[in-house]
Amino acid sequence: MTATTHDTHDAHHHGPPPGFFKRWLFTTNHKDLGVLYMVFGLLMFFIGGAMAMVIRAELFQPGLNLVDPHFFNQMTTMHALVMIFGAVMPAFTGLANWLIPVQIGAPDMALPRINNWAFWLLPAGFVLLLATLFLPGGAPAGGWTMYPPLVLQLGDSFPFLILAVHILGISSIMGSINIVATILNMRAPGMTLMKMPMFVWAWLITAFLIVAVMPVLAGAVTMLLTDQYFGTSFFSAAGGGDPVMFQHIFWFFGHPEVYILILPAFGIVSAIIPTFARKPLFGYSSMVYATASIAFLSFIVWGHHMFTVGMPLAGQLFFMYATMLVAVPTGVKIFNWMATMWQGSMTFETPMLFSIAFVLLFTIGGLSGVMLALAPVDLQYHDTYFVVAHFHYVLVTGAVFSIMAAVYFWLPKWTGHMYDEKLGKWHFWLSTISVNVLFFPQHFLGLAGMPRRIPDYAVQFAEFNMISSIGGFVFGLAQLLFVYIIVKCVRGGQKASSGVWEGAKGLEWTLPSPAPYHTFETPPAVK
Amino acid sequence: MNQNKLTRLFVASTAALAMLFSAGAAAESDWRRPWGVNLPEGVTSLSQVAYSMHMLTFWIVTVIGVAVFAGVFFSVWKYRKSQGAKPATWHHSTTVEIVWTAVPFLILLGIAVPATQAMIKMEDTSGYEMTVKVTGYQWMWEYEYLDEGIHFYSRLDRDSDRARQRNPEIRPRDVEHYLLNVDNPLVVPVNTKIRFLLTANDVIHSWWVPELGWKKDTIPGFVNEAWAEIQEPGTYRGQCAELCGRDHAFMPIVVVAKTEEDYEAWVAEQQEEVNGDVAVDDDDLSDMEMDDLMALGEDVYDNQCMACHQAGGEGMGDMFPALAGSDKVLGDRDEYKSILLDGVSGTTMQSFASLSNQELAGVLTYVRNAWGNDDDGGDVFQPADVEDAR
Amino acid sequence: MTEETTIQRRSGGRTAAKMALVAVGMFGFGFAMVPAYQVFCEVTGFNGFVSNEASAGPGDMEYDPDRKVTVEFVATVNGSQPWTFRPKQSRMEVTPGELYTAYFVAENQYEGSTVSQIIPSVAPGTAGRHFKKTECFCFTEQRFAGSEQRKMPVTFFVDPALPERNQTVTLSYTLFDIRDGDLPEYDEEAAELHAGAPQSAD
Ligand SMILES: [Cu+2]
Ligand SMILES: [Cu+2]
Repeated sequence: MTATTHDTHDAHHHGPPPGFFKRWLFTTNHKDLGVLYMVFGLLMFFIGGAMAMVIRAELFQPGLNLVDPHFFNQMTTMHALVMIFGAVMPAFTGLANWLIPVQIGAPDMALPRINNWAFWLLPAGFVLLLATLFLPGGAPAGGWTMYPPLVLQLGDSFPFLILAVHILGISSIMGSINIVATILNMRAPGMTLMKMPMFVWAWLITAFLIVAVMPVLAGAVTMLLTDQYFGTSFFSAAGGGDPVMFQHIFWFFGHPEVYILILPAFGIVSAIIPTFARKPLFGYSSMVYATASIAFLSFIVWGHHMFTVGMPLAGQLFFMYATMLVAVPTGVKIFNWMATMWQGSMTFETPMLFSIAFVLLFTIGGLSGVMLALAPVDLQYHDTYFVVAHFHYVLVTGAVFSIMAAVYFWLPKWTGHMYDEKLGKWHFWLSTISVNVLFFPQHFLGLAGMPRRIPDYAVQFAEFNMISSIGGFVFGLAQLLFVYIIVKCVRGGQKASSGVWEGAKGLEWTLPSPAPYHTFETPPAVK
Repeated sequence: MNQNKLTRLFVASTAALAMLFSAGAAAESDWRRPWGVNLPEGVTSLSQVAYSMHMLTFWIVTVIGVAVFAGVFFSVWKYRKSQGAKPATWHHSTTVEIVWTAVPFLILLGIAVPATQAMIKMEDTSGYEMTVKVTGYQWMWEYEYLDEGIHFYSRLDRDSDRARQRNPEIRPRDVEHYLLNVDNPLVVPVNTKIRFLLTANDVIHSWWVPELGWKKDTIPGFVNEAWAEIQEPGTYRGQCAELCGRDHAFMPIVVVAKTEEDYEAWVAEQQEEVNGDVAVDDDDLSDMEMDDLMALGEDVYDNQCMACHQAGGEGMGDMFPALAGSDKVLGDRDEYKSILLDGVSGTTMQSFASLSNQELAGVLTYVRNAWGNDDDGGDVFQPADVEDAR
Repeated sequence: MTEETTIQRRSGGRTAAKMALVAVGMFGFGFAMVPAYQVFCEVTGFNGFVSNEASAGPGDMEYDPDRKVTVEFVATVNGSQPWTFRPKQSRMEVTPGELYTAYFVAENQYEGSTVSQIIPSVAPGTAGRHFKKTECFCFTEQRFAGSEQRKMPVTFFVDPALPERNQTVTLSYTLFDIRDGDLPEYDEEAAELHAGAPQSAD
């Protein structure tokens, strides 16, 4: 496939440049950057995971057992920031970098140099953010939602937090602009929009969401900064501002952000299920429309995070109805995946197992979301462990499971080796069982009255918390196996064919495994 | 609505049972218990509406969830390659897709109707009979009865406070209502529509008692309203539900609902305490014995100061400085008094001017003499000294 | 073929520029939400909004002289500075369309002079825009001498357009101590005691 017609072309080497630093620091190659993003995401997954372990250990039994409440608050705050901006978003961006060019038959991303900058901003942002852990007053502890006036009590970590959010925001905006530019301009001839793989579609929509809402978050935190240091009072009642306004602006970003964390997952699962069901994706065009309408609705539902702030009735009703509507396109997606499996010819390799678990467990998160949409009952659910259970079903068994499925699915294409299927299955079953032990009891805790973000609780919550913590520890340990499987697969293993999976369809599977450093320098023909 | 009828029947019968077993005193509700898995039906019409909406939706989503699981498991069992399944090639069906867009939409519509009715009811505070103002503080609550002239602070009870320290003297499991008990509960009458006005002193908090059916944010500079009409005498416990800093977990809420007569008696007692009984009031400026001051001071310290400045006065980090051996504690008497009376602006040290002269004298004396601070030998603060500094 | 890829790349730059413009626009949109929110609150009474500017008197508005509405007054001190602040009357029966005066008493329990800003809020929020103040101590900063106690008037009327279902309107004031960095001496020293503690918003 790799044509040798570009010998005159200086920019096109046929392998990575020699030297570790030269290759990784200055690389503009989409595959290299994809790998960097994913390795970074994995590293952050473990840092954020370590924080989760501290949280679950403190909550193992009632009483203040291990850490100070202030440090506990730092852990919950940083866990969220690290997992959202450090683990899940970079992992998805890494997948996008690696896969979108090869799925649409492009030689690279549209803006390779910007791609490099976008990535290297990430470690810079996280060095700033994680450094706050070593400041005298500790890391940010006001929740990842950064509500004023509480966030203004942070002390030294506050400017670090704001700067880090700015840097991470710029990084993801640059990455997303690049993705949009690539998808809209770099497709191989014949690759019409409605022929694109679902993963590409999902990312196109996600990238638009990121470009639309990350700047709003940047605006909100800038206002926090000027309130703190430059005498403005956007959010301070004393100067005629309103702390609730921050919540409006934040959630205008925050709800679409939730879909930024899940739409790429929809794309991944829509690639994997047809492969292992050996049957085309059911309702491709309705999948596209459903994704687009979820993205549209995400802009008008933010108020469901704020039913308790004292909104007037009309506002609450509007946000309730709009939120309930989200269930319709989301349901369409789930039913379409079910229909794809129906009358297929299924095998259950690890990526398929993770994808099936995704469909089922994401459904649980979606259904508890329907319950949370109801304003009159949300006044009970809000800010309890019921909410914690809900969003972890969506983000862990949703987003994170899809990333794991994707890694197993495309790992042979990346490395040229098959991963250890037996260990993969072990990883799957350990993760799936423990994650339910971890998060399912949290529904009960929330309904039984346990608020979220507390380091200590009434004795009545002891039993379910202990169960949840045990699930958490097992889930954490199971992820070490994940790393072992990846490392083992990178090092060697059974040679992978170019198609890898029997039912695999799409341009990336026409490439040899591992895919060469430069691919599709000559656009492939798309039927 | 059948669901409603059933719920009402259930509520009525459990209420009757509860009446049988409790003598009408401030009974503990049996909703709070280990292994609890569900929302309370609660003791207000709002909590019951929320509960029935919750159960209705719960059953609907459970049926949908079971259907999805069943469908997937059926496919997994039936259409496996190892069983010789041959893949079909169809990938589209407009009819089916319209059906599974329309049906969920109609189900949602069905839920939206009662949800809307419930919302309208919740927002209607008209016809209230009394007003209680709730103010959130880092980390306690202030209650003000607008017409009765009653006003007090409500903090984590002393036993819970002792048990929630690192290396505590008593274990959490040995404390009754650990982290769910306060020194001064909010006392209200049953069968009375109470309007709550909610605001905050510093950051946003959220006032939540599950058995009343709602939580509402308390926002500095703004006032929110909500209401409750409690049907059963009893003790109902809740917690702050909005992250509000270090001790967010340690500012519980206790509502004691009394019969109308018991409530009247309680009000009279409170008002008498404010107007008549001066023993605990600021007017008594007579000198106290050192021992009494130290004992009272230790009490006050344990309740008010220990959470931040720690049991041995060793403080905690930069935010909560040590008091043992502190220059400020052992330095100028007036300056030392002013720290307690005025607080220290720009820090978490608030003003404790709301304490009585005796309590302040006690705690000033105690801190000046405890943990080896008494080298100069018995430096005493009397109530009159405090009054002078006010 | 090579030609084609280069053509594609050029237009990629154009798309990127457009998207960058969108991003910049959305950054501005975040800020635009501030005035938009204020207008929105004014119109809908969202979040207890009540204007902090003097409105014209009722003039000769048409109103029902028999209608009665209860106005409740509450006062809150923000932060930990030593103040007392309370309404002189806990409630008043008013007829919408007529002018009334209520009093609040604030006392600076601190020996130095200081400045406060008092912020109004109305519950239910939707009644906020029907609550009009012609004169109020909340319109400007209030300076207090050391240990000064002051009775302060607010002259108001309730717009007859207030919906029938609103039988009670609560007027809540929150007092913020807004003195600047020039804290009197003993406070500064005391602040040293808490060196490293987080600074408040101002
Ligand atoms: Cu949301
Ligand atoms: Cu709180």
